[in-house]
Amino acid sequence: MRFVDEFREPALISKAAEEIRRLTGTERHYRMMEVCGGHTHAIYRFGLKDILPENIELIHGPGCPVCVLPMGRIDDGLSIAQRSDVIFAAFGDMMRVPGTQGSPLEHKARGMDVRIVYSPSDALKLARLNPDKHVMFFAIGFETTAPSTALTMMRAKAEGVGNFSVFCNHVTIIPAIRAILDSPDMRLDAFIGPGHVSTVIGCRPYEWIAQNERKPIVVSGFEPLDMLQSIVMLLRQLKAGEAKVENQYKRVVPWEGNRAALRAMAEVFQLRPYFEWRGLGFISQSALRVNDKYAEWDAEQRFAVPGIRVTDPKAAQCGEVLKGVLKPHQCKLFGRECTPEHPIGALMVSSEGSCAAYHNYEHRKAGMVSLNSVA
Amino acid sequence: MAGTGFSRMDEDGTNHDVAGGCRMCLAIPGKIVEISSDNQDSALVDVVGVRRKIDLGLLQDDKPAPGDWVLIHVGFAMSKISEQDAADQMNTLWMLGEIDGAMQEIQGYGLEDVN
Repeated sequence: MRFVDEFREPALISKAAEEIRRLTGTERHYRMMEVCGGHTHAIYRFGLKDILPENIELIHGPGCPVCVLPMGRIDDGLSIAQRSDVIFAAFGDMMRVPGTQGSPLEHKARGMDVRIVYSPSDALKLARLNPDKHVMFFAIGFETTAPSTALTMMRAKAEGVGNFSVFCNHVTIIPAIRAILDSPDMRLDAFIGPGHVSTVIGCRPYEWIAQNERKPIVVSGFEPLDMLQSIVMLLRQLKAGEAKVENQYKRVVPWEGNRAALRAMAEVFQLRPYFEWRGLGFISQSALRVNDKYAEWDAEQRFAVPGIRVTDPKAAQCGEVLKGVLKPHQCKLFGRECTPEHPIGALMVSSEGSCAAYHNYEHRKAGMVSLNSVA
Repeated sequence: MAGTGFSRMDEDGTNHDVAGGCRMCLAIPGKIVEISSDNQDSALVDVVGVRRKIDLGLLQDDKPAPGDWVLIHVGFAMSKISEQDAADQMNTLWMLGEIDGAMQEIQGYGLEDVN
């Protein structure tokens, strides 16, 4: 079995893999979506697909915030930073993500003041250190990072830092799952729920998936054994005809989430009526904007934003891949026009996007010694 | 032979630099060394020997004390964890090939690297 010797608990891994095989049987096909991009990355990295039986199919969900961000938002953020007094601050994840006129890094090469920060609070610090400039933090992420942006804005307001603002692209995971489930060509049996997003939102927000949609969901950790255990838990529910929310990642995720983080988000943000997701289109109430109390620190309210819209090329089939209708390599552009070095579609943009993950690991296996599967 | 299966995939290095893994999604474990005397929301944290300030403001309901372990996302402690879970999380980061990225992130907190 691939890589098993390298895992910390090879015996437990083998046992979980055996249990999965026993539960899966051969009579039917199981389609499970891992919602979180971190899980997608881990699945490829650990070679979990080689451990799982062929009739378990893992569909990679929309949980990579870089991938689902429309190109127009990058253009909008960069257009604000064209002003000579503005410093554009963002996580390193954003630096090579292409806008229509190039990435933030390419804008930096052309003279824009672009800085990598590892924390929103460092963007605020940058503003304190540069009182004659305006620091705009390009905020991105699901509920894992949104509370940190919110608390940073609360601190900016409390301290009266006037030369700091946030260009808010925070999105929420639940409406994206709903959009996928509402899609007519979708056939999913179960969900592997996100780990760190759930640290913030807890497990309750998933209850409708079990109760209304009758799909099991298990919130999972990121270790190979975590994910295999989560798949065992999902299979047990499916075999028993049940649909429940279960928490495999109890050691980190409290059922109720992190209330202080949720309070910070509620203080600063409100839901946008709708927001565009690359690959999925417009989803209602799926993103956060800064509320009026914090208008002074909201780049969108403070500056003129062009509101650029860029449609993905028609040939790119990101939506179908996101919904699991197509495998990454079945897209017409995969590995030809669209590669991690020159991404055209959303899912090739970050290494956690399912196409980039597939390209980087699966695709490269062709050039590797073939690994025998003993499992 | 630990790790050989993974490093093999790294040789052409695609996507493991600045533009690579979406690190904001992965948590970094750290040990609280000391809470600032002038700001209860600011703590010095140790991540395998590197010490940086992080923000505790999102753990207001369950404040960590020196000696406690926390999971850190983008400079903010997001949850308290056990020492064992901290070791497990470090191991996960290692298996994911994200240790360098995580340490780069920690070192960058407080704008303390070259920017």
